[in-house]
Amino acid sequence: MDLNIFWYLVPSVIMFAAGVYGFITRKNMIAMLISLELILNSADLNFVVFNRYLFPGSMEGMIFTLFAIAIAAAETAIAISIIINIYREVGNSDVASVKQMRF
Amino acid sequence: MDITLPILILAIPFLMFLILGIGGVKMSRKLAGVLGILGMGSVMTLSYVVALTYFFSGDAAFIVDGVRQQLQVFDVTWLAFTDRLVVNIGFLLDPISAMMLVVITTISFMVHLYSWGYMEHEPGFQRYYAFLSLFSFSMLGLVVATNIFQMYIFWELVGVSSYLLIGFFYKLPSAVSASKKAFIVTRFADLFMLIGILVLSWYVSQTPADGPLGGASAFNFMMLNSQPTNVLASTLGATFMGGSVLTWAMILIFVGGMGKSAMMPLHIWLPDAMEGPTPVSALIHAATMVVAGVYLVARFFPLYCIVPDSLTFITVVGAITAFYAAVVACAQIDIKRVLAFSTISQIAFMMVSLGCAYNEPVEGVHYSGLGYMASMFHLFTHAMFKALLFLGAGALIHAVHSNNYTSMGGLRKYMPITHWTFLIGCLAIAGIPPFSGFFSKDEMLAAMFSRHWFWGAWMTMVAGLTAFYMFRLYYLIFWWEENPEYKNGHKPHDAPWQMSLPLIILAAVSCVAGFIPFGELVTFNGEPYHIHIEAPVAATSITVAVLAIALATVMYRKKNSMPEKMKNIWPGLWTAANRRFYWDEMYQWVTHTVIFGCICRGIAWFDRHIIDGTMDGLAAVTQFCSVKIKGMQSGSVQTYVAWYLLGAILLGAITWICIL
Amino acid sequence: MDSVANIILYFVVAAIIVVFSIMTVTSRRILRSATYLLFVLIGTALFYFQLGYQFLGGVQIAVYAGGIMVLFVFSILLTRRPDEETARLESYRRRAGAFMALAGTVLLLLAIFYMPLVGGESLAGSIEAGQMITMQDIGHAMLGTDRFQYLLPFEAVSVLLLSCIIGGVVVARKR
Repeated sequence: MDLNIFWYLVPSVIMFAAGVYGFITRKNMIAMLISLELILNSADLNFVVFNRYLFPGSMEGMIFTLFAIAIAAAETAIAISIIINIYREVGNSDVASVKQMRF
Repeated sequence: MDITLPILILAIPFLMFLILGIGGVKMSRKLAGVLGILGMGSVMTLSYVVALTYFFSGDAAFIVDGVRQQLQVFDVTWLAFTDRLVVNIGFLLDPISAMMLVVITTISFMVHLYSWGYMEHEPGFQRYYAFLSLFSFSMLGLVVATNIFQMYIFWELVGVSSYLLIGFFYKLPSAVSASKKAFIVTRFADLFMLIGILVLSWYVSQTPADGPLGGASAFNFMMLNSQPTNVLASTLGATFMGGSVLTWAMILIFVGGMGKSAMMPLHIWLPDAMEGPTPVSALIHAATMVVAGVYLVARFFPLYCIVPDSLTFITVVGAITAFYAAVVACAQIDIKRVLAFSTISQIAFMMVSLGCAYNEPVEGVHYSGLGYMASMFHLFTHAMFKALLFLGAGALIHAVHSNNYTSMGGLRKYMPITHWTFLIGCLAIAGIPPFSGFFSKDEMLAAMFSRHWFWGAWMTMVAGLTAFYMFRLYYLIFWWEENPEYKNGHKPHDAPWQMSLPLIILAAVSCVAGFIPFGELVTFNGEPYHIHIEAPVAATSITVAVLAIALATVMYRKKNSMPEKMKNIWPGLWTAANRRFYWDEMYQWVTHTVIFGCICRGIAWFDRHIIDGTMDGLAAVTQFCSVKIKGMQSGSVQTYVAWYLLGAILLGAITWICIL
Repeated sequence: MDSVANIILYFVVAAIIVVFSIMTVTSRRILRSATYLLFVLIGTALFYFQLGYQFLGGVQIAVYAGGIMVLFVFSILLTRRPDEETARLESYRRRAGAFMALAGTVLLLLAIFYMPLVGGESLAGSIEAGQMITMQDIGHAMLGTDRFQYLLPFEAVSVLLLSCIIGGVVVARKR
């Protein structure tokens, strides 16, 4: 039994679907951010897997993932600072309380 | 001639218009009035200097071998459309423009002075003087135009200033509608004039530049008038609406003059224009602007002569108008209306006289250009005595506060200055020697008789009617029966000096103007002509005038029942004349029932339902869609993501299906 | 033919990732879901190790598991009490989320299994085919300017991180 590319892609898909589910259903903004991290992580994993199986001679997938992790860190930091700010303004971190930008 | 004076003549009224129009709000009435009068006075002085220099200096530029020359003092290019189609702005000096400079500035100055008293208590005094200056500027620019396009521009400007001044009392609905009527009717006529100008200049500009017409601008008066045969030749071979191009062009240009000069059937605006202040009626609607049509024909005289049909047209239109206006004037109650119809009739006189002139020697006629000279002479004298009559009417209205003779009567004891000057004006217009109207009218009648006995007889009859209605007016105002209101209560009195002085000056001018050797100064070709009275014509016209005056004296000197009896012989005629033979009603019917009712209603329906409907429909659809979809912008991030994902999944599914 | 140890390791890690992913998004206590996320991230790092990317695995643990998780925990503790439960979800929202997730999963799985992905059939073979990536290689790739070298993105990321630090301070500071 060989561990071919599909073995790695399936957990990645499930991780992605779980992230989507969480992002749509969670009410807490930090919980949404956590779901977002799942989605990002599945994408990172895909890059690495494709790099390993389809283009073993190069390392662009890995480099890309490195940058993605760095940018994810930055994004998370900014998002959390915004959430804390909102929490100060409205007293909770519920996404339903941030609906001013509507018709 | 140095160009400083001509430029100043045009610039000062324009500057006055700007100063009074922009700064008038901040000025006191006195300052505005003094500024306007001083400005006009200086323009009058300058015009006198220019005219006297032109006529009497004997300079080689103005007169060569006894022939007065036409010269362009300056002529600068303003718009160049093509090589030949060039519009210039300039200053043309010839006998008629020099004469018009004198007339316009004199009357305008008198009116400026008179208005100081007449308009003293009216609101908008400064605005009034600004408009007067604008009018003077436009009229001066019109008469000195070097080319027909410049003339057209100033022609429209006088129309605008006439509009502004008729509607000066803009709170009166009648004044507003009268100003609109005047503007629309004259503008309608000017449309034909513009077409005529374009037709003429188009064919002239088509001729080669090295041809007989030369390379000058196709609009230029001097070029057109100096070689009428070549102009005619350039348009031969082409037809316009089934006729000769030049005949059509000249008749169309004359239609513009018909509008301005209130010839039938475009006369309807002039009686209503009397809604304006009386000095304005004197200046614009009696002395200057309304003779612009006569001036136009005189300006183009060589071209009119080369197409005799157009001269016949002018004669016929003038003869009909003169008679019509004279009859209507006999049955008016408003004294300004009487004077307005009298003006129409007198202008028609000038038109007929022009139409009866020739520009080349004719067998059996001792002087062929007599009609031209006489017409210009009458233009001059008529301007003076008609302005006098209007200003006198203004003084009466000022004193009595009514336009109708029914509230006057017996005024001679109360207003002696007005009475005597008005009488002089009436004698002048009736053609009694030695007042100025006699001389000019005699020359005109002589010219008409030399053309055809019919025109002479017809216009002699009109002259008799003129004498009759003027003296009817005179007796009804100053004699008849004294209005009992004068005894107890408000006593009318003569006007202040600002108003009396112009009356006296104009009356004096009307007494002596007939002795000006006009033929020596203004003729169609510049050669002097020595005026001599033709005894048979003069005797006839004097007899007719005296008889008419005698009839008026019998009927109207003392209150009696004779006018009432005569009216009852055929009451329908009197009513019809009083209602101006229903011309206004006809226009009303045509515009309202035919044009508005039939044509415009369909257009309006199309506009409201099809054009507006399309636009409204677009707006409604957009609004409907936006209302329906605006709920999608809920502000909820998760909903957005859900929709986005749904879209992405659908796209993926579609791609998948397509690949399979 | 992959080694049995690798296969066993794979199954263990895959089970961790699948189970804890789902528990992350279904747990009603937010601090717990953060903890489950930590397990998912560590599982991913293990996959990276298994695939032969040791440096990347290290970065994953250091940055994600070490840095970002601390941020999460701090922010959770700052914005609510740790034992507070979230309100129950509206059922329509849960249905919508489940539908999206399932539809996405189905589509992606279909794509994965029907797409002709040409490549190594086994993990061992793939690792054989590629070279061992050393720290030196990564260093050269990060700080070179040639083809397949990434100095400019590297510097851009460093600027991004700097602005992110400043931005985080500016946005979150007390006014």
